[in-house]
Amino acid sequence: MTTWLTFVALGVLVCLAAALWRVWTGPQRADRMMAAQLVGTGGAGILIVLAPLSGWEILDVALTLVMLAALASVGFVKAASGDGAGDPEEEDSPAPPLRQAGKDVGAEADG
Amino acid sequence: MSGQKRMADIATYVLTGLGLMFFLAGTVGLIRFPDTFSRLHALTKADNLGLGLTALGIAFQAQSWREIALLVLIWALALLSAGTVAQLVARTALNETDPE
Amino acid sequence: MILFDATLCALIIAVALATVAGRDSFRAIVFFIVYGLFVAVAWVRLDAVNVALAEAAIGAGLTAVLFLAGIGRLRRAHVQADQGVPLHLPAALACTGLTAALGWAWFALPLPDRPAPQLAQAMPQAGVENAVTAVLLNFRAWDTLLETVVLLAALIGVWMLTRDGNWSAPVGLPQHVRPGGVLSGFGRVLPPVGFLVGVYLVYAGTSRPGGAFQGGTVLAAVGLVAAMAGTVRPPRITATGWRVALIIGPLVFLLAGVAGEMLGSGFLTLPVAIAGNAILAIEIALTVSIAMTLAFLVLGPPESDDSGGSAS
Repeated sequence: MTTWLTFVALGVLVCLAAALWRVWTGPQRADRMMAAQLVGTGGAGILIVLAPLSGWEILDVALTLVMLAALASVGFVKAASGDGAGDPEEEDSPAPPLRQAGKDVGAEADG
Repeated sequence: MSGQKRMADIATYVLTGLGLMFFLAGTVGLIRFPDTFSRLHALTKADNLGLGLTALGIAFQAQSWREIALLVLIWALALLSAGTVAQLVARTALNETDPE
Repeated sequence: MILFDATLCALIIAVALATVAGRDSFRAIVFFIVYGLFVAVAWVRLDAVNVALAEAAIGAGLTAVLFLAGIGRLRRAHVQADQGVPLHLPAALACTGLTAALGWAWFALPLPDRPAPQLAQAMPQAGVENAVTAVLLNFRAWDTLLETVVLLAALIGVWMLTRDGNWSAPVGLPQHVRPGGVLSGFGRVLPPVGFLVGVYLVYAGTSRPGGAFQGGTVLAAVGLVAAMAGTVRPPRITATGWRVALIIGPLVFLLAGVAGEMLGSGFLTLPVAIAGNAILAIEIALTVSIAMTLAFLVLGPPESDDSGGSAS
């Protein structure tokens, strides 16, 4: 059981390592942020798998990770909206600044 | 008693193995899919299902109801957050690629 | 397990390097968030669950929102946010030097005994079973008291950025969401659950990992979600009630210290008879203050609108 659970935890960790590649390259900011959300979910998964081995109180950390990853994503969505405090679903929100090559965020060319 | 424990252990092996497979599938989707929106889709569905299966598998090892309740809460929150965040991030990505 | 730990260490170093490499500032911020998440798992592997809770809440959550809001502002003001060079050489050299010095210090010091024998002897008089809480709120209460005051000072520093005309406006940018949309629904479902989790963390801090800081940061995060989703209106800092809530933590802490003095055992030393209840009372008051302070810190100074154009 211990070896199996450790193997599963290691497997999830390798998945997270692969997600990091998406943070590095993801052309859009949404790609990067979703990869970060994956790391949050995956981290919670790792802690859940390690709970029988390291003690069940680490489930609290998994719970905190899940909630705070959601907060970070909501923060991203808010900051990316037109005036910094809007909802992407609003029909009449002020338009967000256009992505212009070479300005603002995104010298993507250097990878 | 040991028969029960053995059944619980088998359940844990199977479910966590399935959970790991779904995690891997979601990650492969994240890397290989050609488009932001398909990647979002892969993430939301596969990885949260993986988390749910893993939590279910570990629940068979729990020693009291408190731990099971915590596992259920973690999964429910993860589902709620993932669904919400996927919608919002997809809409943000749409707003950025499609300026009016 | 060694393989797991080694992979985790390698990932943490790789993420740290990726954070400072390249020109894209947004990518660096996302890597920083990922770094916080990995370090939280590392703290769990090091058996420091209290620190893991705080790291997950602050490093991965609150700091993330701060940075993302910051780069959002810069973008709206059309300020060039990316670095001109892939690597900032003076900063890189300074950080490398600091890392080398820390590494040398780590290897030069002897390994401590765990648990420390003096702590093990003193625990029966602590009033709580969680050793970290005992040290934070009983044996080393002086440091914790000063930390809470430092938090308040940081908040006042943020408030000093307010424009004169905005002083009585609500805190942060005016939030608006689509009524009945996904974000608004989220802001109605998450806060009650999150509130219970925060309270549970504070109460569990007496015997399991948890405590005032951990519960307070989770409550701050819940409050932030509620504010950003439009469920609650951010308060005005001119309101007396909110100001009282901000200072009640340090105040109760000080009162407990003075009570210790008057009961004859010295300032901030809790006599064994009242230690357990006193610590609980201090924790509750501290949680309220920490949650308020952190939420206000992240929301920012009062603003009436984002007057773009200048990057402030």
